[in-house]
Amino acid sequence: MTDLRSKMRWSDTAIEATAAITRRPARTLLTALGTILGVAAFVTTTGLAATASAQVSSSFDALKATEVRVQDANPDGTNPFPDDVEARLEKLNGINHAGLRYPVADNGELQPRNTASRPLGTITQPIPIIAATPGAILASQPVLSDGTLYDDFHQRRGEDVAVLGRVAADQLGVTRVDNQPAVFIANTSYTVVGIIDDVQRNPDLLLSIIIPTTTEHRNLNTTPNGVEVLIDTQPGAAALAGRQAPLALRPQDPERLTSLVPPDPTTLRNNVESDVTSLYYALAALSLLVGTIAIANATLLNTIERRPEIGLRRALGAKRSHITRQIILEAAATGTIAGIIGTATATLVVAAVAASRGWTTTIDPIIVLTAPLIGLATGAIAGTLPALRAARVAPATTLRG
Amino acid sequence: MSDTSRSDSVVSVVQLSKSYPGPPPVTALQPCSFTINRGDYMAITGPSGSGKSTLLALLGLLDEPSTGQYWLDGDNVANLNDRQRAAIRAHKLGFVFQAFHLIGYRSVLDNVQLGLTYQGIGRRDRRRKALDVIQQVSLSHRTHALCSTLSGGERQRVAIARVLIREPSLVLCDEPTGNLDTATSIQVLDLIERLHQDGLTIVMITHDPDTAQRAQRRLVITDGHLTEPLIRT
Repeated sequence: MTDLRSKMRWSDTAIEATAAITRRPARTLLTALGTILGVAAFVTTTGLAATASAQVSSSFDALKATEVRVQDANPDGTNPFPDDVEARLEKLNGINHAGLRYPVADNGELQPRNTASRPLGTITQPIPIIAATPGAILASQPVLSDGTLYDDFHQRRGEDVAVLGRVAADQLGVTRVDNQPAVFIANTSYTVVGIIDDVQRNPDLLLSIIIPTTTEHRNLNTTPNGVEVLIDTQPGAAALAGRQAPLALRPQDPERLTSLVPPDPTTLRNNVESDVTSLYYALAALSLLVGTIAIANATLLNTIERRPEIGLRRALGAKRSHITRQIILEAAATGTIAGIIGTATATLVVAAVAASRGWTTTIDPIIVLTAPLIGLATGAIAGTLPALRAARVAPATTLRG
Repeated sequence: MSDTSRSDSVVSVVQLSKSYPGPPPVTALQPCSFTINRGDYMAITGPSGSGKSTLLALLGLLDEPSTGQYWLDGDNVANLNDRQRAAIRAHKLGFVFQAFHLIGYRSVLDNVQLGLTYQGIGRRDRRRKALDVIQQVSLSHRTHALCSTLSGGERQRVAIARVLIREPSLVLCDEPTGNLDTATSIQVLDLIERLHQDGLTIVMITHDPDTAQRAQRRLVITDGHLTEPLIRT
């Protein structure tokens, strides 16, 4: 008797477990449903977390400081900037547009108007005049309603051209530029080449007549006051541009210039991303816990229903450990299948949600690859208690009748 | 552990009893003693609740006795642990149940092979033996059919094939015709009788006197008391 052993090969355990799973697909699906939902929720929430974080980054990047102003640190009535501001700054990395601008001081003698003879009194509000290089206007990201901006050619030659802001154009009665309208400043006429309808920054342009700085210098030659260089940078380049611009513009005396750079929102962005990710991971963990409980419950019900089969196996010589390992193997395999189905479903859900929002789908491949393993572990853990309970079933009780 | 005085008997029971502590305490089987020799065909009869199934569970090592000794093939198996009882069940005992106890979602072949799975026998050998015994019970044409699709008689023949493949020392039949009509019952009893003629030792529990009459020996159990009446020759 001592030689007798109850033996079951692992391959036979695998065969029995596979048969129990595959021969009753509907029951397997029901058992797996909890894990499918749990894993799907896990992958969906982590996927949405990654997608949302990427979107948060994108949003922050869009809002991130892209505007730098370089001003005179010690105004003394002289122009601290060189003539070739644009040429110097365009060589720096991360700068889209840059240029010089300053308000033209008007002590009432300039009298901007739309006709040579029009009395001063017909203009109800004084119209400001701004001298700006083409790069300075572009750095304000203007939207033109008509015509074009003056360019390097006009700037270089000091042409008598002007661009009007929307409000200034209304005041001057200029509605279109194809008939080459002119405005008058002092006794000089300026051909209007374009009308700016909107700007992303420097809204004072909308109120003003804008002329090239060289033209201002030649025709008006006012004392520059409030001269500044406006720089439009690429996302993330503002801080670097702010550090490099004074050196590029005034290498012999960079301290004369000061850069105004809006605060970098990196820390805020990181905090928001961290909060969003933490929230999603908490939801994912909760989903997985619910999935584990669901598969444990389904496995428990399944083993209760299979008590006669378990009793039979015991009568045929199965040890308790044989029953335990078969049921855990079934639960683990079911969990793996559920993990694969759940991962596939979740990937589609994340892609659909991202597509509906116009976001870029971002799923960590490690999550996708490990999710079936999470399903396996969930199944094995959840199946352990029912398996132990099933192994304790008294065969004599279950086999009667 | 082996006892030469019991070498001719397959089963030797000495003052075996089973009681449950309750509350209330119940004695399902009063202390009883009997012997079953190799090749015996014994019927145990009695009304419902008399203790028949308790005795079968004890003989089948599906339950532990409260007192007494149970010698099977010369070994005292009354006080084995769960693992040792499983080993004895795997190698020495065969069961035929009233409710068949087949796995409905598995084929006839799978169910019959299951009889050898816990003996650690390889798949190829199991399959070969299974096909052989399926033929013996005239079910070759249903080898790959799911058991859930079989008739009652066919199911019981599968259960008998599952016993045959194990070549057990003792076959325990618990009301094997309880769920069958008369004609099918006769076929199943004929088959069991054939097992006996082939040399297997059979204990059959039944409440039906006609069924019991086909056995060589009969024990009667009433309210947990076992008696052996005079036997026809």
